[in-house]
Amino acid sequence: MFETIEAALAACREKGLPLWRLFLEDDCRDRGVTAEASLKQMQTLWTRMKESGDSYDGALRSKSGLSGGDGAKMAAYIQKEDSLSNGLIGEIIAQALQMGESNACMRRIVAAPTAGSCGVLPALLLPLYRRKLADDRQVIEALYTAAGFGQVVATRATIAGAEGGCQAEVGTASAMAAAALVTQQGGTPEMAAHALAMALKNLLGLVCDPVAGLVEVPCVKRNVIGAVNAFSAAQMALAGIESRIPADEVIDAMADIGTLLPSCLRETGQGGLAATRTGCDIARELHAKP
Amino acid sequence: MNLFEILGPVMVGPSSSHTAGAVRIGYVTRKLLGEEPAEIEMLLHGSFAATGKGHGTDCALVAGLLGMQSDDMRIPTSMELAKERGIAVSIGEIRLKDAHPNTVVLKVSGVSGKFLQVEGCSLGGGRISIRKLDGIRTDFTGDSPTLIVQHIDQPGHVAEITSMLAHKSVNIATLHLYRDSRGGRAVMVVETDQPIPQTAVRWAEHLEGVLKVTYLNTSEEDM
Repeated sequence: MFETIEAALAACREKGLPLWRLFLEDDCRDRGVTAEASLKQMQTLWTRMKESGDSYDGALRSKSGLSGGDGAKMAAYIQKEDSLSNGLIGEIIAQALQMGESNACMRRIVAAPTAGSCGVLPALLLPLYRRKLADDRQVIEALYTAAGFGQVVATRATIAGAEGGCQAEVGTASAMAAAALVTQQGGTPEMAAHALAMALKNLLGLVCDPVAGLVEVPCVKRNVIGAVNAFSAAQMALAGIESRIPADEVIDAMADIGTLLPSCLRETGQGGLAATRTGCDIARELHAKP
Repeated sequence: MNLFEILGPVMVGPSSSHTAGAVRIGYVTRKLLGEEPAEIEMLLHGSFAATGKGHGTDCALVAGLLGMQSDDMRIPTSMELAKERGIAVSIGEIRLKDAHPNTVVLKVSGVSGKFLQVEGCSLGGGRISIRKLDGIRTDFTGDSPTLIVQHIDQPGHVAEITSMLAHKSVNIATLHLYRDSRGGRAVMVVETDQPIPQTAVRWAEHLEGVLKVTYLNTSEEDM
């Protein structure tokens, strides 16, 4: 397991391996499994991710009634000729919403890295796959990069909203997705690291303030910012733009900010949007519900 | 955390702690009961009580008690399934002292009349701990085969159980001992690397001074 992004990059250079291969071999050592077994498990995750994406039901509503249907609205809107997002970017937005809503509506999803942020990674991978811009093998490689980098974030910082706020959940998901997209597009390991750094930097400080303590408002729509931010960061990295602050230092900054956040902004449902008048009204109503 | 704890688990939403962890507590409880439940009473504490409804914690617990795992797509319909199977389910709230915020107390009767009370908490990311069994303090995850022996606090019981395991070539991973008072009721929780044969579990039940033996079988086939 790698404690720093830099150590992973150095290992890639030393062994002449791509990132995904490095993380695959590391997983085999870590869990004592064969490469075939590890790859098969990743293939299953990807299959489940596709199934979740394909089985979205726009008619579903969550138990609280707060979530559902927006992914279908977005999908309809991007069909319009005059919509500004009638292309890949629109599909990314729609997919992020749909996956977030499926999670809120108790459908089966793949936590990536958490259930609340499960829409970010598939929001990039599924549209690319459907447009035949990525094949199964490339996606699986990209998933190894995402998971390997995510592991570093989890080790150096945290991926729990209760510890680090939303920056730790959607922020990490976005950073993982940015690195995954760079890998899939054939970028170098260094580019993937810069994409991770830029994506995470943009979401530093994001608090976890769920209304009524539920993984719905604002979580579902935060998957959209996670996905679109990942897309932008990956594009910048592929263009050769570098993060002035190295990835490991950005991760450390995220950890520090997480510690500084008061507990009311760390998944307790007591601060931020949860504490707004409307947020409180919703919480009261739900608690009164039989 | 390994690679597949970062990417994964595959689970029914919306929350790894309030949904996936709750399924797991129910599932481990069913394994501990060792048979189909006939009556389920669940008492939710802390955040489980406050946000459990919206997170589907109640139906997640029932799903686990019906034998489902956290990726089972029937989880949202578990209440109806329990009804169809004639299982009585009641839900309430409880305020526990010094308990983890995501805690539930499950009182379960099996079809044969067997009764079990479990206090379980969800630690995040789908991981759980069983904190009390029949009112006695414990701390185990249900990830490995686990033998729980309730006995009178007197010399020899630990030796009896550990020699039996040695005889069956079962390696002990962890061993914890608890008691309510000197000479009172004690409990031994043994997590092992290999499954324990049913004959050995039944042998332990008949030892003098042993009050109750519960075995958590982690293999799939015996459900």
